[in-house]
Amino acid sequence: MSSYRAEFSKTGTARYMSHLDLMRTMQRVFIRGGLSIKHTQGFNPHPHMVFALPLSVGCDSVCELMDFELLDDEAPEKIKAVLNKTFPDGIKVLSVYKPERKFKDIVWLAVEGQYEYDSGIDDEKLDALEAFYGREQIIITRKTKRGFGDADIRPNIYSLTLKREAPDTVRIDAVIAAQNPSLNPEHLVNALRQLAPELAPDFALFKRKAFLDKDLHIFK
Amino acid sequence: MDKKLERILQRVQKPARYVGGEYNSIVKDKKDVDMRIAFCFPDTYEIGMSNIGLRILYGVYNSVDGIWCERVFAPWSDMEAEMRAAGIPLYALESGDPIKDFDMIAFSLGYEMAYTTILNMLDLAGLPVRSKDRHGLTPIVIAGGTCCYNPEPLAAFIDLFIIGEGEQVNIEVAELYRQAKKDGLTKEAFLKKAAQIDGVYIPSFYNVEFSQDGTISGITPRDGAPEKVTKRIVEDFDTSFFPVNDIVPSTEIVHDRISLELFRGCIRGCRFCQAGYVYRPVRSRSVDRLVNQAKSALTNSGYEEITLASLSSSDYRGLGDLCDGLLEWTEPRKISLALPSLRADNFSISLMEKVQKVRKSGLTFAPEAGTQRMRDVINKNVTEDDILNTARTAFEGGWNSVKLYFMLGLPTETDDDVVAIAELAEKVLYTWRQYAQNKSRGVRITVSTSCFIPKAHTPFQWEAQDTMEEYARKVALLRSSIRSKAITYNWHSPETSYAEAILSRGDRRLGDVLETVWQNGGRLESWSEFFSLDRWLDAMTQHSLSPDFYTHRERSLDEIMPWSVISDGVLENHLKKERTAAYAGMITPDCRAKCTGCGANTLVKGLKCDE
Ligand code: SF4
Repeated sequence: MSSYRAEFSKTGTARYMSHLDLMRTMQRVFIRGGLSIKHTQGFNPHPHMVFALPLSVGCDSVCELMDFELLDDEAPEKIKAVLNKTFPDGIKVLSVYKPERKFKDIVWLAVEGQYEYDSGIDDEKLDALEAFYGREQIIITRKTKRGFGDADIRPNIYSLTLKREAPDTVRIDAVIAAQNPSLNPEHLVNALRQLAPELAPDFALFKRKAFLDKDLHIFK
Repeated sequence: MDKKLERILQRVQKPARYVGGEYNSIVKDKKDVDMRIAFCFPDTYEIGMSNIGLRILYGVYNSVDGIWCERVFAPWSDMEAEMRAAGIPLYALESGDPIKDFDMIAFSLGYEMAYTTILNMLDLAGLPVRSKDRHGLTPIVIAGGTCCYNPEPLAAFIDLFIIGEGEQVNIEVAELYRQAKKDGLTKEAFLKKAAQIDGVYIPSFYNVEFSQDGTISGITPRDGAPEKVTKRIVEDFDTSFFPVNDIVPSTEIVHDRISLELFRGCIRGCRFCQAGYVYRPVRSRSVDRLVNQAKSALTNSGYEEITLASLSSSDYRGLGDLCDGLLEWTEPRKISLALPSLRADNFSISLMEKVQKVRKSGLTFAPEAGTQRMRDVINKNVTEDDILNTARTAFEGGWNSVKLYFMLGLPTETDDDVVAIAELAEKVLYTWRQYAQNKSRGVRITVSTSCFIPKAHTPFQWEAQDTMEEYARKVALLRSSIRSKAITYNWHSPETSYAEAILSRGDRRLGDVLETVWQNGGRLESWSEFFSLDRWLDAMTQHSLSPDFYTHRERSLDEIMPWSVISDGVLENHLKKERTAAYAGMITPDCRAKCTGCGANTLVKGLKCDE
């Protein structure tokens, strides 16, 4: 029995699949490929798959990680090829390898976002946006397990740069906290909606680009 | 993906159901395609993708070179509002293209409460809802499915109905359309030709006249349309298409598993059951073929659950062998096998013991009526001893929850029949007390009642439905007759049954009502949150039609029924004989015990029932 890690992307139409949808799909992709995945023990055994950090619905990613064990050893290249044969559109395994590090070493997450402003974004607004994310504190109200609570998300943003890509589109590149606590990139927009609604985009789309460790090295 | 759509999808519930891209969904190259079909299911993705008929016809259509069939489902209310606000017309999942420009729009009609959704989907597509307002050959709007056995309420909206099983006739219609398109025929000219295909009903070719009292005085075909349209069935069901390489939804659906179709039809002949009549005669697949289909379907999909989909799976002759064959393959692979619609007999229980080793939670029986007299009237050939013996075996085997299904309002029903439902449930409880292996876990007995709806093409098609007040009175009576706390009683609201009863035996005058209900917001009405009986009653009043005329009126035996052009192969005389037998409390043997000559064996030459 061997452990493997698969790095995969989930983009386009697949972005709308929930985490539960994804787990079910993965399970079936293994069966379709004839790969026997190790099951959990217990009354109701299910395939043992561990995902690095669940991805929210509506967010793209090109760096998802999933650990699994196979009952029979296979060459990573072959596993990759077999899995890639039967995915729904938008999911693709990029590489399969033996994991060397634990998911708990993930500290940061590099994300890219597109903010769309239907009436365009001028220099003034771009500067204001820059200034907004540069504030000392960004306290937003968000849903927690016990109702709503206030939190300062500023410490969870390591870096953030903005670039106007088109007259109506701003591209965001940010490094944000991945876990304990994590920052859902959606909150970067929620912060605008709550604190500076005039700067909030009409539409925003995020993509996870890479997991990073505490030294900002890419975690695979 | 369309930019406008991308924005909307961030805001709606369960967006995965609106984007397609599922494994095994079929995308063809448009330059190889000369006919595009939008297969529309008038309910949500989760319901529609669970429909085996849709999956079969999707496969059948797409197996033809040059035809591309795509799926379309009804958007949920949030998505509909967003689509309308953004000006996004109804689109097909595979290509994302608006269906307005497709050649053919094909609706699957499974239940009456989806009718307003059909109008809504046509409107969302940007098409006039009425057939007469769609002038060109493109798109032709067709419909098939169980409800087409009384197509009349939809006569004004649908261009062409397909009666019966679609595997062959749908392709014949599609091929005729392709030729018509090449020849540049008008819609009218195409429909005239199509009317000559067996199993095709073109409502606009029939003049329906009504008498003063609201009944039909005559139906006259024109332009060579046939006087009778008889349903089609596949010539050889055993070898007919079964999807073993089917779409695997990326998001959860209602029946998220492989459904194996053992046979079509039912040998039993319950007199209230429309499916039991219109799907006649029984035709089965062989055990070997089914086991192979199961293996391929499971391997190709990666599903870990399979179920048997037929009207009464226990009646499959090779059920024991089939289960052995399936288990041999499923057990080592940890695939679960579900056995629904089994009869309450000991053979079925022992089978379930074998199949469901771990979970022994729920057993379901449908005695349908409380007394033997009443069960004889409806020809439900199950005795109290059968039920109690099976319950005993089940309780001894460790089951501790039983669901019992009944109907209220059956013809000839008295209060004694109603109270007897409670008594039967008490007897099941007593059986548990006597025989349960382990009483510490307790027992749960659930009694459910629904309101009987007389359906077209059954021996009860002439009967009156109980009024809602009468149903409520019977519910109260039954409720007060159930004493034990271990018995839970659930009853269906009679309101949807009432609306369903109007439509299921309705005539084409109801088209105006349907349109008004839809204009007043009716859609997705099979979901209780979207159903309003008042909206229906108001629309009936507005069009000077009486709901009771359709529901509570007993028809005379010589009345011309709205669906009298449509034949399912069963002779009307047979239905009348069955009706007489019902009133006499006489049971009719099932098709396996003795053929009673219903006529369905003549549908295909050389056909032998139940082989
Ligand atoms: S012809 Fe006879 S055996 Fe065949 S379905 Fe009718 S009654 Fe049953």
